Amino acid sequence: MTAPPRRASPPRPCIRTPAPEPLAFGRDAWHHHVTRIVAARDEVAGVRTYDLAFRDPDAAAGYVFAPGQFNMLYLPGIGEAAISISSDPRERAFVGHTVKAVGNVTQALERLGAGDEVVLRGPFGTAWPLEELRGRDVVIVTGGVGLASVRSAIFQIIAARGDYGRVAVLFGAKTPAGLIYTDEYDRWRAAGIEVLLTVDEADSNWTGRVGLVTALFDDLDLSPASSGLICCGPEPMMLAVVKRAGAAGIFPGDTYLSMERNMSCAARLCGLCQFGPEFVCRDGPVFPYDRIARFLEIRHL
Amino acid sequence: MQPVWLPRHGLQHLINVLRDRGHRVVGPQVADGAVVYRDLADASLLPTGWLDHQDGGVYRLHHDPRAGTFDHVVGPHSLKNYLFPARETIEAWSRTPDGWQQTTPTYEPEQLAVIGIRGCDLAALAIQDRVFMGGESIDVRYKARREKLFVVAVNCRRAAATCFCHSMGCGPAAGPGFDIALTEVGDRFAIEAATEAGEAVLADITGRVSLVPLTPDEVASVRHVPETLRETMQARVAEEGKPRPRSLDTEKIRELLFENLTHPRWAEVADRCLSCANCTLVCPTCFCSSVGEVTDLTGDEVSRERQWASCFTLEHSQMHGANARPSTASRYRQWLTHKLAGWIDQFGTSGCTGCGRCITWCPVGIDITEEVAAIRESPASSPPLSPS
Repeated sequence: MTAPPRRASPPRPCIRTPAPEPLAFGRDAWHHHVTRIVAARDEVAGVRTYDLAFRDPDAAAGYVFAPGQFNMLYLPGIGEAAISISSDPRERAFVGHTVKAVGNVTQALERLGAGDEVVLRGPFGTAWPLEELRGRDVVIVTGGVGLASVRSAIFQIIAARGDYGRVAVLFGAKTPAGLIYTDEYDRWRAAGIEVLLTVDEADSNWTGRVGLVTALFDDLDLSPASSGLICCGPEPMMLAVVKRAGAAGIFPGDTYLSMERNMSCAARLCGLCQFGPEFVCRDGPVFPYDRIARFLEIRHL
Repeated sequence: MQPVWLPRHGLQHLINVLRDRGHRVVGPQVADGAVVYRDLADASLLPTGWLDHQDGGVYRLHHDPRAGTFDHVVGPHSLKNYLFPARETIEAWSRTPDGWQQTTPTYEPEQLAVIGIRGCDLAALAIQDRVFMGGESIDVRYKARREKLFVVAVNCRRAAATCFCHSMGCGPAAGPGFDIALTEVGDRFAIEAATEAGEAVLADITGRVSLVPLTPDEVASVRHVPETLRETMQARVAEEGKPRPRSLDTEKIRELLFENLTHPRWAEVADRCLSCANCTLVCPTCFCSSVGEVTDLTGDEVSRERQWASCFTLEHSQMHGANARPSTASRYRQWLTHKLAGWIDQFGTSGCTGCGRCITWCPVGIDITEEVAAIRESPASSPPLSPS
């Protein structure tokens, strides 16, 4: 492995006596907005999409996010969870979140419906590099509910479709019943996006591919040297994808991953989301692969 | 302002002046077998004549008539206990007919004055300032408390074997960051102010007890007190039957640790580590926290309680369906590499000030300086790390 390039800043001395600095004028880490569920729909069993509208019109007007960023959704008395934003960034009426009910917050959210309130903080974190990828081919690889985190990127690419070369979505789910956003694939294809699907386990109606999402690279006609890869899924899946994409000729520096860690504040204050020297909430969730490559290799970091 | 002499009985005037100026005054006192910070109304409660014996997993107080008021070093408490309390209500919510409303009362922290802060803990204060107020998002409650803090620092003239501030560049001299600093000499204190608030306090004391300015020679000799200690700490060598004096070699320590994440030493220290989190609780810079929900029986009144979290617990790294750091080895590695390496990337400074608390309060005496030295002795050949 070669040493990954990192942020271009001069080396800092390892140890120095901390000097008092002028106090910063940052914003309150717990600044929030109350929202109302305007639509809740089932995607597949256990996965729902919630469209949230701000109670305060000023908050709605001031809220702007970039694809790849996330919100903290808070249910008073229950808790707070980091959820990626899955709606169209140009949509001003609501902010969408596709949520798998796995923890106490997401399970409580599942019991809510249209009209119920959800407190929102955000947006937080880094975005998919859609500006950097203009003029290039884009390969989007996701597994399971990971597609939610790239759905807003797909909206944005379609809105500026001419700015990108070939675009392919490689999506794997455990079973055909686990494929989310199925009613949107035709729209993506109509916009000139290849949508390649695979499942780990087929049912009797499935005529598509069976196997890992990495196998879909075999079906892909790429210009690897000019391609960028964005990937969101469980860590082992992302590592397998990076390896397969590297073998296909996509540069590690053109590969972007969305990381997940435990999180309380999402504002670089609680310390829970650390991954090596990175705060996943602020330095991520989207990382260039070569920035975190050496840390991804370490078990239980 | 020129340093002046405060006689020992003048400490009571210092306390009185601070109280009269509206401060809650806190200072070191002997309680529960240790020197801890407590509310201080009476200078006679200060630990005059008490010395602490510290070593890995050892803290013992003994009385020594020759000891001054501040010749003990650091106990388990630090400014963190006041500026970043272990548990704090950060928000309140009420369910109303119009939906959820935030009902958090306006936060008005008290004016706090803390007496007895050492160089290591002033450095820790500057580090926590960067953590809680140095970014785009800040902890507004910490900031409100910080802005009302008055610090009376002490220049150390004695070090415990566990002290290694000299090798972290954080002591033993106090500063910067104090309002007033004391240096104990014989039966009096050289006292100097570094801020307007500090000078105002000195001016108020002047009205109650006569403060004689130090002569230039006395100024030079007082300044030499922590310098003498620093030289002594640097020259310390291990002696048979005595606690080993600590120091930590920080040369390229970020690179050393991040290039040795798979070093066998992590598994070895994990065999001793109880994952008890004591080191993170006594550390004056550890800042991890989590938020819990507290509701009344109806669920209509909610308060959110932020409390200290520790990377030694499983909860710290728990995600749905997986834990990022399931082993003690991975959790100890997280703590040490964050403190000494990751912190440099994150905040441009080490997270360690050399106060030695993690060594003293570890129930099995695990020693951060020893762990780093062991890795330095047999580094692995990992690829080199690029600059932070």
